[in-house]
Amino acid sequence: MNRWIATAVLAAALSAPALAADAAKGRISDDVVKIGVLTDMTGYYSDLAGPGSVEAAKMAVEDFGGTVLGKPIQVVSADHQLKADVASTVARKWIDEDKVDAIVDLVSSSTALAVMPVAAQKKRITLLSGPGTTAITGAQCTPYTVHYTYDNWALAHGTGGAVVKQGGDSWFFITADYVFGKSLESDTAAVVKAAGGKSLGDALYPSPGTTDFSSYLLQAQSSGAKIIGLANAGQDTINCIKQANEFGLTKSQNLAGLLVFISDVHALGLATAKGMYLTTAFYWDRDDASRKWAKRFFERTKRMPTMVQAGVASAVGHYLRAIQAAGTDDADAVMAKMREMPVNDFFAQGGRIGPDGLHRHAMYLAQVKSPEESKAPWDYYRIARIIPAAEAFPSAEEQKCPCAPTTLDAAKCPYLGK
Amino acid sequence: MTPPLYERPVFWGYVALVAVGVAAPFVVYPVFAMNVLVMALFASAFNLLLGYAGLLSFGHAAFLGSAAYVTGYAAKALGLPVLAAVPLGVALAALLGLLFGLLALRRSGIYFAMITLGFAQVVYFSVLQMPWTGGEDGLQGIPRGSVLGLDLGNRFEMYYFVYGVFLGAFLLIHRTIESPFGHVLRAIRENEPRALSLGYDVERYKLVAFVLSAALSGLAGSLKALTLQFATLGDVTWQRSGEVVLMTLLGGMGTVVGPSVGALLVLTLENYLASLGSWVTVITGVVFVVMVMAFRRGVVGEVRALVRRSF
Amino acid sequence: MIRALSGQLLLGLINGSFYALLSLGLAIIFGLLEVVNFAHGAQYMMGAFLAWMGLTYLGVGYWWALLLVPAAVGLSGVAVERVLLRRLQGLDPLYGLLLTFGLALVIEGAFHQAYGNSGSSYPVPEALRGGFDLGFVYLPRYRAWVVLVSASVCFFSWFIIERTRLGAYLRAGTENRRLLQAFGVNVPFMFTVTYGFGAALAAFAGVMAAPVYQVNPLMGSSLIMVVFAVVVIGGMGSILGAILTGLGIGLVEGLTKFLYPPAASVVVFAIMALVLLFRPAGLFGRPR
Repeated sequence: MNRWIATAVLAAALSAPALAADAAKGRISDDVVKIGVLTDMTGYYSDLAGPGSVEAAKMAVEDFGGTVLGKPIQVVSADHQLKADVASTVARKWIDEDKVDAIVDLVSSSTALAVMPVAAQKKRITLLSGPGTTAITGAQCTPYTVHYTYDNWALAHGTGGAVVKQGGDSWFFITADYVFGKSLESDTAAVVKAAGGKSLGDALYPSPGTTDFSSYLLQAQSSGAKIIGLANAGQDTINCIKQANEFGLTKSQNLAGLLVFISDVHALGLATAKGMYLTTAFYWDRDDASRKWAKRFFERTKRMPTMVQAGVASAVGHYLRAIQAAGTDDADAVMAKMREMPVNDFFAQGGRIGPDGLHRHAMYLAQVKSPEESKAPWDYYRIARIIPAAEAFPSAEEQKCPCAPTTLDAAKCPYLGK
Repeated sequence: MTPPLYERPVFWGYVALVAVGVAAPFVVYPVFAMNVLVMALFASAFNLLLGYAGLLSFGHAAFLGSAAYVTGYAAKALGLPVLAAVPLGVALAALLGLLFGLLALRRSGIYFAMITLGFAQVVYFSVLQMPWTGGEDGLQGIPRGSVLGLDLGNRFEMYYFVYGVFLGAFLLIHRTIESPFGHVLRAIRENEPRALSLGYDVERYKLVAFVLSAALSGLAGSLKALTLQFATLGDVTWQRSGEVVLMTLLGGMGTVVGPSVGALLVLTLENYLASLGSWVTVITGVVFVVMVMAFRRGVVGEVRALVRRSF
Repeated sequence: MIRALSGQLLLGLINGSFYALLSLGLAIIFGLLEVVNFAHGAQYMMGAFLAWMGLTYLGVGYWWALLLVPAAVGLSGVAVERVLLRRLQGLDPLYGLLLTFGLALVIEGAFHQAYGNSGSSYPVPEALRGGFDLGFVYLPRYRAWVVLVSASVCFFSWFIIERTRLGAYLRAGTENRRLLQAFGVNVPFMFTVTYGFGAALAAFAGVMAAPVYQVNPLMGSSLIMVVFAVVVIGGMGSILGAILTGLGIGLVEGLTKFLYPPAASVVVFAIMALVLLFRPAGLFGRPR
């Protein structure tokens, strides 16, 4: 018996230096940093995220050097088809079986809200680029989520504010009937109201699944509102705009696309989309840094990046830098570093991730050029205004994230102390 | 004289079932195994109606899904323990089954199938509209809680709980099939006018079978909500109804274990081909076509026929 | 008020035209072959997609597509009937339903794999662009065309079935196919042609729908459920019932969208439940 005890103690003693050395070098779980891009590969949002987001993540890994703390970085991807249950199942399997450390993109608000608790319970980080609902950094927040690219508040204040300032004081909303659309509508309606305007009603339609918006557009027309607010995104927005033109609505009313991506403008064509205001987190032609990155993206995908895709690349880069700085891929340490370090890359300058997980950076109010103004392919936007970070996003106090140290509410945050 | 227990093949069948069930979570991903069990229960409940009563219901997902939502809501928003949330789901499914049955059983055959389909669509759109279901977003973050000392958050303990319930329900279905009630059902399926002329209250038998099938499908739905911790519209679509028809058809309708085999096969197929995207749908469709054209007895049925022929 | 209502009713009429066209095909197939053609939605989708593919890859325009695409899909229907459905003749009709269900999965899955979820847009043909300002609503010219064509096709089909000898054979076949065959009519051939015709009708509706509803692999599956309900309400074998009910449901949906939009999708199934309670054979059906 004594001999066994002695052997065990000796073994422990001999391995201790090795363990210590390992700790000093940086503990990476499972000896690999795996990043999972969970996005909509084939559906309504596949053009603005999808395979482009996967490419963006890969570019970020390559730019970082392909390894961190001596361990390789892998990028895996999957299609959640905009279904919350599929997203939830894939995320769970990735974490339980496939050793994925961080889940990126998600693109839709309902898939994001489904995956966040699954990841947070197992201490995995989610880097969201694409979902808009403010609940992500508000009532539904987790300590392991970063809401990276934009949120509905930014869009409502950016586009909504600009349109109201121009005299659009009565609105009718055509809203995608799920958490993203509804929250975008309520955020924008609040902005309109605060500016002295009013919302004359809304039409909720099932999304995804609706391709014919004629009856909703007709409701918008009968409301008599000056502005028809499109609280939707991607293919839905494109169809609404096209059909509004088809029904002659644009002669007497104006359309406000509350979430419009450069991929949408590309699909619509400048003749149809010209003059539209939109708020974006990224425009490829903004400055030299953005142009350089975007050109490389274009070479790989033959399209210019949307803000979602650019956001994915920037988020992945920031995540990897945080691992480097923290010396480990342990979620708590990495989250702390991500909040501590500012974001300074092609995507944003001086961006900061707050205690609630919201990445506050400058946003851009853009207007779509007319065909005559556009001098080159993808030359679509005129940047009307740069909205500074402090103005573009809600404050942490407003968000009231129960997991953030500044607005802590232990009763509402089930992830503390695990 | 009935042979002693250990000489009956059925007994050894159950032993094998228990052995496989106990070992399963160590061999495959427990959540996958639980999914298989839930769908096997759903298919077995469905088979009670199709294989034994001869009624093709194309709207069974309504029972699966509505129970899932009710259990999910009870567990998440009302904070009810598992032993209250699950029976609530089952009760709702049984009630829906009663309602559907009373109306749909007025017709038979194709008409019955189309009517159940239509009713299921009503359920689908109602679920979509109700605020507490979360609509397109679904009901997320359903807590698993604990039951009888088992912490269901742990996936192994959850698995054994689900397995226990499955075994119990499977036994119930099997006993029902072999009981006098089950025999009358089969008589109705084979020749309804004759059963009627023999004095059986055919309408009542069909209704009871329908409600039982609905209730057990609801049990499957409740378990599903707790296993996956969400309830979504995907559980009330007609595609899901079609999926259970496929499982039963593939495994062998009118056999006790066929539907479970069918569920295992379909889910395994979906799991391993998940990376191929929509090819899964295509292959599912091809399997459907092949089964209907050539193997109407299903896998178990064909195997059984083969075995009988060799003896 | 009136303006809004009449606008929605007009849109409802347009939707109703599609319902009528599709339920016509379904009713014809069910009437004669006793098969619930679950693949109808997929054939509709194929029609729209082939029109789009024709335009995108071969430069085949809308007008040619209206002629060629239904013919192509009709031929595929003929093949399906000849090779598959025929062998299920003597069996429980439920097997026919299951077979067509499987086919629907195959077709939709294949297109979904190739083209994903998002729609491809199909431009309105040049001659039918623009619209009429009717005062209470702006009616796009193309949508008026849809109503006109559907009405014509429905009337034409109804006329053939109810007023011609071929139609008489078809109707006789639904009542007693053995007897009809004894009279020397080639019933199996009739079945094949009928199924092909039904599929062609679905595809025709698909081509008509392409400029309105956008072309995407799931366009059939969302529509088909409503069409089934329409057929059940109208009476599963009745041609006239299918047409009138299709139009009627379109109008009712339009009305519901005006009065209480969230119920618009449910109303057809609620009506179906009501009708079945009081008239199990459907509004125009004959009890079998």
